[in-house]
Amino acid sequence: MNILYLLIPLALMLLVVFVGLFFWATRSGQFDDLDSPAMRPVLDDDRAPRRSAPGDS
Amino acid sequence: MSHARCYHCDDAIPAGCDLVAEIDGQAQPMCCLGCVAAAEFIAGAGLAGFYRQREAASAAALRPDDRTWRDFDDPQVAGQFVVARDEAVSEATVYVGDLYCPACIWLVTEILEVIPGVDAVAANPASRRITVSWRTDTVSLGTLLARIAAVGFKPEPVTPGQTSDGERNDYRLAIRRLVVAGIFGMQAMMFAIGLYSGEFQGMTDGMRDLLAFASLVVTLPIVAYAAVPFYRGAWLGIVQRQPGMDVPVTLAIGIALVASVLATFRGGDVYYDSVAMFVTLLCLSRFLEMRARHRADDRAEAMANMLPAAVSRVGQDGREERVARAAVQTRDQLRFTAGDVVAADGVILHGALDVDESIMTGEAEPVARAAGDRVLAGTRVIAGGAVVEVAETGASTQLAEIARLIERAQGDRGALQGTADRIASWFVMAVIAIASVTALVWWQLAPERVLPIVLSVLIVACPCALALATPTALASSAANLSRRGILLVRARLLEAMRSGAVIVLDKTGTLTRGAPEIADETRYLDADAARCRAIAAALEADSGHVLAQAFTAGTDDRVTLDTPPEIHVGRGVSGRIDGKIYRIGKRAFVAETGAALSPIAPESGIYLADEERVLARYTVRDALRDDASQTIQALVRLGFEPVIASGDHPAAVAEIAARVGISRHHADLSPADKLELVRRERAAGRRVIMIGDGVNDAPVLAAADASIAIGNGAALARASADAILLGHHLGPLRALADISARTRRVIAQSLAWAAGYNLLAVSVATLGFVAPWMAAIGMSASSLIVVANALRLNRDPSARADEGDLSTGERPAEVVA
Repeated sequence: MNILYLLIPLALMLLVVFVGLFFWATRSGQFDDLDSPAMRPVLDDDRAPRRSAPGDS
Repeated sequence: MSHARCYHCDDAIPAGCDLVAEIDGQAQPMCCLGCVAAAEFIAGAGLAGFYRQREAASAAALRPDDRTWRDFDDPQVAGQFVVARDEAVSEATVYVGDLYCPACIWLVTEILEVIPGVDAVAANPASRRITVSWRTDTVSLGTLLARIAAVGFKPEPVTPGQTSDGERNDYRLAIRRLVVAGIFGMQAMMFAIGLYSGEFQGMTDGMRDLLAFASLVVTLPIVAYAAVPFYRGAWLGIVQRQPGMDVPVTLAIGIALVASVLATFRGGDVYYDSVAMFVTLLCLSRFLEMRARHRADDRAEAMANMLPAAVSRVGQDGREERVARAAVQTRDQLRFTAGDVVAADGVILHGALDVDESIMTGEAEPVARAAGDRVLAGTRVIAGGAVVEVAETGASTQLAEIARLIERAQGDRGALQGTADRIASWFVMAVIAIASVTALVWWQLAPERVLPIVLSVLIVACPCALALATPTALASSAANLSRRGILLVRARLLEAMRSGAVIVLDKTGTLTRGAPEIADETRYLDADAARCRAIAAALEADSGHVLAQAFTAGTDDRVTLDTPPEIHVGRGVSGRIDGKIYRIGKRAFVAETGAALSPIAPESGIYLADEERVLARYTVRDALRDDASQTIQALVRLGFEPVIASGDHPAAVAEIAARVGISRHHADLSPADKLELVRRERAAGRRVIMIGDGVNDAPVLAAADASIAIGNGAALARASADAILLGHHLGPLRALADISARTRRVIAQSLAWAAGYNLLAVSVATLGFVAPWMAAIGMSASSLIVVANALRLNRDPSARADEGDLSTGERPAEVVA
């Protein structure tokens, strides 16, 4: 159980790193738009075949 | 249904129009060449996915006007909007009004990203802004704006000071607070589990101290960062003698923290997990509320964006130059021609204009203005050209006056909302009183138990579920409404939309489409009907007049003019077709040719004549929205009372009223009269819901108990409304009535549950039977029940087929998907 004396401070340090990263991410606007990024994978999928179509035929 | 509407803009396709655009290998119907160009542009860029993913068709496509965008290439004009990031890169923020759905945002950002020279594009859907940066040597602001306009959106660059930085920062701060509370809260919960299991299985004091101390460390950021708004709210509530929910929240956080810190060092129970969970849930509910609130708020820009960014100024030497609107001063001379929006209030020095003043008066018919007449900022020039001497600019224009009217009306409304807060503060007082009494009693009985028991009372009584009940229900019903084409801005609408309410409707643009149709046609000397219409359409089309649509609607024939038509301001249009001169316009204008005209021919109406005879006479009326009368009848059955309030002539209003079946109608009303009408109804103790679309409606929209704006109306109207009706139908109003009723029911259920739970739990807690951790779990469980109840609002009961057909019919995009 004594390993906790090491693991808990370690966890706390990771937490600080995470929050630092998150603050950076919000500052650079990555969380400003929570709606449209979810659409991107869906839309990219049906865009690909269209571009390659002329080559196939 | 989908074949009758344009695949791109969702407008009705004029009869005889057989334009198509190929999208994903399929020919899709289009209403005009502009839409064909836009659709082919979108498909050509590989972005056809837009049509399947968009939630609603964008409002009617704008007529592309290159000059508007080229102005932004001028450094002086662009300078108002552009921030230089460094020597080679500039940045600007562009407000795009119709950017409601993720697919639209995606389309606009992609369209910009493919332009060479564009560095970065970031969208903020909450405020409908796109921030774009580009290399100044490769591309210009004007090009970027033209590109956005080319896909059917209306870009409006915002001046840097005017961007809602405040709103964006609030949003970022809120999301940070939420995540900090959540992440650190999770850690606190982990340590708490360790501590609880340690209680049962036994653990060393060193381990207990470690866990308790670690909990303290992870709770500090929550208390010192995430919970700050609650302290501020509590302080403000106390200072203003109207304590809200924030007061017991702050008390609970404070007491729990002090008790836990003492216990950490002296031994005893710690409640860090309760604090963490408590703050996280509160942050979550506030965050959801904020997102809903920000989503459709455009107030700041609404005013400025109605006016053009640049104007033509006539210098003393008679030379014309394009200058930024901000640089215009009183006594400057500006030139306006067809298509321009007047930038300032002024007097015409020479020339004549046909001006569409619907923005001020609500009247769709253009008004003729000649030298010496006054023109107002915000009105649109339909035909002619004139030099105007500026009398008032900026804040002293009538347009700005209307904006002030709106602000005042919104102030009135704020006073009403205080009632809800007062009820909340009574609740808070009661909780604090109960907690104090409990503390006093237990002080006498068992002093060592005072702290945990008071804490339990405060946590259990925490109006968490009470606080969540309303915002979650609203968020859920707002999501449902947006699928049906209604964008909910403020919740009061759901409160006001109940049977017995008076629904005040504007006529032009609300009940009607704001586009004319031909009501009556008289032909003289057996002229060919189709050919007459085709000639009329050709004459009107090139003059940029809205009437053209009315004529093209009934005919397959097309004729072309030999030369561009001549516009006679305030009277009519003439043009040469197959060598013959045709005239269309007022009776007197047509009679000038010497064309034989029966003396009994009425004064009103539009006449069409060739060189020697009069061919036809038309009367036009405003076309009713497709489902206007159905919707009105449905609302009447639900117990609403519709009233028409219009600025138009009594005869026109009475006619529309008869067609949709509304018995109460008022005509000839100025914005002030409409305001008075709404005030009178409200003074009589009735709820008033106002539906309108124009700038002249905006003050009334703000003064009513609740208001709805039509999506393609003026920005100012949208800004002061509680909800925006997207698309071209009134049908969603029925869904709104239904969802409002369900939302109120769900909120009532949740509030009853939360209050009942609180009452029971508080009484048990005061007796000392509830440990703080039990209180925290109970509080969370009751909150979850409330949230689950709210989520029901997002589902559609399948039985309601009568609404289903309307709401799917108007969105071909979804049918395809």
